[in-house]
Amino acid sequence: MSDAQSPTEFDPVEPNTGEDFEPVDVFPDSNDFDLRPGADSCFKCSVCDTNCPVAEVDDEFPGPKFQGPEQWRLKQTDDDYEIDDSVMSCSNCMRCDNACPSGVPLSQMHNTARGEYVSEQMDKFSIEYVRNRILANYRTSAAIASKVPKLANWGMNFGPARWLMEKTLGVTKEREFPEFAEETFREWWAARGGADASRRNAQQRREELGLDRDADKKVAYFHGCYSNYNSPNVGQAMVRVFEHYGYEVVAPEQKCSGTPMFANGMLDDARRHAEVNVSSMSDLVEQGYDAIASCTSCSMALRQEYPELFDIDGIDKVAENTFESLEYLRIHEDIKEDIQETDVSGELAEEFAYHAPCHARNQGLDRQSVELFRDLDGAGIEDVGESCSGISGTYGWKEEKYEKSMEIGEEMFEHMEHAEGEVGMTECPTCASQMEHGTGYEVRHPLELLEAALVE
Amino acid sequence: MAINSEVLVIGGGLAGLTSALKAAREGADVRLVSYKQSSLRHASGLVDLLGYTPDGEGPITDPYAAMGDLPEEHPYRRVGVETVRESMSLFDEVTDYRGDHTDTNALVPTHGGTVKPTARYPTGAAAGLASDDRDVLLVGLESLVDFDAPHAAAHLEAAGVPFDVRGETIRFPGDLQADAKITRYAKLLDTNGDVAVRGRKKGARDALAERVNTVRDTEERIGFPAILGDAHTDAVRAALEEKIGADVFEVPMGPPSLPGLRLEDALFEALDEAGASFETGNPVVDFDADGERIETVYIEKNGAKIPNSADQYVLATGGLVGKGIESDRESVTEPVFDCHIEHGEDRYEWFDGDAFGDHPFASFGVETDETLRPLTADSAVQFENLRAAGSVLGGYDFAAEKSGSGVSIATGYVAGENAAAEAR
Ligand SMILES: Cc1cc2nc3c(=O)[nH]c(=O)nc-3n(C[C@H](O)[C@H](O)[C@H](O)COP(=O)(O)OP(=O)(O)OC[C@H]3O[C@@H](n4cnc5c(N)ncnc54)[C@H](O)[C@@H]3O)c2cc1C
Ligand code: SF4
Ligand code: SF4
Repeated sequence: MSDAQSPTEFDPVEPNTGEDFEPVDVFPDSNDFDLRPGADSCFKCSVCDTNCPVAEVDDEFPGPKFQGPEQWRLKQTDDDYEIDDSVMSCSNCMRCDNACPSGVPLSQMHNTARGEYVSEQMDKFSIEYVRNRILANYRTSAAIASKVPKLANWGMNFGPARWLMEKTLGVTKEREFPEFAEETFREWWAARGGADASRRNAQQRREELGLDRDADKKVAYFHGCYSNYNSPNVGQAMVRVFEHYGYEVVAPEQKCSGTPMFANGMLDDARRHAEVNVSSMSDLVEQGYDAIASCTSCSMALRQEYPELFDIDGIDKVAENTFESLEYLRIHEDIKEDIQETDVSGELAEEFAYHAPCHARNQGLDRQSVELFRDLDGAGIEDVGESCSGISGTYGWKEEKYEKSMEIGEEMFEHMEHAEGEVGMTECPTCASQMEHGTGYEVRHPLELLEAALVE
Repeated sequence: MAINSEVLVIGGGLAGLTSALKAAREGADVRLVSYKQSSLRHASGLVDLLGYTPDGEGPITDPYAAMGDLPEEHPYRRVGVETVRESMSLFDEVTDYRGDHTDTNALVPTHGGTVKPTARYPTGAAAGLASDDRDVLLVGLESLVDFDAPHAAAHLEAAGVPFDVRGETIRFPGDLQADAKITRYAKLLDTNGDVAVRGRKKGARDALAERVNTVRDTEERIGFPAILGDAHTDAVRAALEEKIGADVFEVPMGPPSLPGLRLEDALFEALDEAGASFETGNPVVDFDADGERIETVYIEKNGAKIPNSADQYVLATGGLVGKGIESDRESVTEPVFDCHIEHGEDRYEWFDGDAFGDHPFASFGVETDETLRPLTADSAVQFENLRAAGSVLGGYDFAAEKSGSGVSIATGYVAGENAAAEAR
């Protein structure tokens, strides 16, 4: 049984984009986006610049105010204006978005400018382009690697191969590639019985909780690449925690959220993936499901970047109904009280050094884990400050950015070392790898702790 | 279901932070939600109580003494002078600010070379006070055009400060780009990161001190623009003091302001310690009310509406800058709860013909009762469980009076105290 046979008869394998599906071509005709009003409302206070972690360490990087409103203005007044190549140094952390008091859509401007730069100005045969494309399409490599996880784990971190990758592709040899799981989340999910099993579990649980057996509690899980290929335990925790509260989970067909593609200006790639994701999710949303993500960059993409960049049927509806997993439980369940009344023991009874990913910050989620878990007996959690971890997805993988990435992360490493715990915690898989890389700590996801606390 | 708390504060500026802090310290379960970063990022980081009278007379020596003469609708009159004092003690307790040893205003030199009366100033600005008679060297940086040290020095001299002051402009070691961000300097100094000086790498602190030593004469105090570190500003200053052999201070700068950022950080830290929850990044856009009481407010996240419920609410969304008050050609409004804002029918009555005249729009804002509950057009309490604080309030003109931070702290304190008392 696979989740293709979800209770809804919806066949997630075939993306259903509908008859009148007509995505807007973002480039080369970028006139579809008139960001001029946004550029005009910039009053040059430079507050956005104070939030940019890249400008903080990179003297060459002109910062969000230039990348956004100023570049847009130049572009609008001069048809021949070429996008400045510094836009490729923006890590797409989206911190600047949060700063602007006049609501200038900074990250949307950066994403469009970057897309235009890559499609019109970048040499498609350059090593940089090829490297970026490989990094951005992590999902493709991951899908292949996960077929032979042991070999991949060995090969990817095999010294001479790493050296070669740095020399030929500009992928830093300093980093360890993430390990591939022996069983992906989807393999686990299918073996467990997919959506049908989940519905049965949820019904049984609803009875235990004294709820209506047929209560309308259902979520569609956007697991993303990472929890599928690398950390299926996070996806498993998500399923168990939601079932614990009586939710039926489905795991529809899905591709990469597109986050690494946005950051590398590969908007065409991103759109292809987004079409599949939006189509899967919007059908489910129509049927009353909410979309849940356990990775904060995935929820960010579905909520904000998709509607800002693409015109796909159902996209707004999906954005309105997408939530981060803990956020969702916080809204709909008495999770705070439940946490106060329970405790953890065993492997997860730890002091955690928590880092809030930039993309969690932008969704207003940077505090929720610390605030929820500080009332949990048996475990401790400490916020290690507001600095960016520095890896920003693919940014820290680039040979020429590696050192800057570590410089940005320095403050976080320092705080982690001063924190009481020696285990890290974060929602973002790439932040987790940076935390691990900089401190040697093992890093967990809040859902894992939640599972340990709530689910027996 | 919704995200629940006893007191929900809307707005994360000085007013919102103070009111959340006070309510949390009174034992309430508090949550603060805020949209964008607050006007602290634009402000100098100085905390003014009252520098001038509403008619522009001053500088005022003792702000507390002058409060009694303010017009009756002024927020200071609403909350009372004693409460202003109490609120300032709370501020002093949770920040590393100076000026609490006296009631009188301190005189702090600004980046433009004026001397500003202020009630509290960051420790980093302490060695720069204009009442001190030791000679001063102001050091500007070539790439930081906002602070022209020789010009500021000349201005100070002309203002009649009781010491000799001289300005020198140097290059920040490592020759950063002309448009380097202030956070770039701060980070380099914070980490004592390497900069290249004549082909050799050197720690930024050491290299900066060396450059200053080449232009320094016998001055005992050296003033820099406010870029001396962010996370480790005390350590940066101490290192420079040691290497230069003089007291070092920061001159508050225009936006974006590091002292403002540091103040914001300190307040959020205090709030965390007091056990309050907070969330920033998304606006409150809507609410449900049952007659006289607000039941739920909704935070918008890209179309999703996240419900937040509380027993008591504090509106601290700022003024025209913070977007707590909006105006168009027809009217002036408070966008979250649509609180009443008194303003002339004719928009030509909103301002004065003279650019420096007495502009009514400067003091537009919500009117309240003594416990800071907003009032409707016919002076009735609008919602039983809503209070307003900070620059969303009417009845004062912070820019003219130099009273912005003081009013936000004092009214935030009162709103937080009352909200907590009601919620218990
Ligand atoms: C350029 C400048 C310089 C200044 N210099 C000084 C000075 O030197 N000394 C001094 O004492 N004072 C100064 N002030 C004034 C002082 O900064 C302000 O009076 C004071 O900080 C206002 O605080 P506040 O909390 O009332 O409002 P704000 O700081 O404006 O904060 C309002 C907050 O509410 C949030 N918000 C708005 N709408 C919503 C919504 N719908 N939902 C959720 N959140 C919302 C905003 O994002 C913001 O974070 C200056 C002000 C400016 C603009
Ligand atoms: S997205 Fe991040 S790196 Fe890019 S300009 Fe904005 S703050 Fe800087
Ligand atoms: S914060 Fe907004 S208004 Fe200020 S410079 Fe940046 S884009 Fe412009």
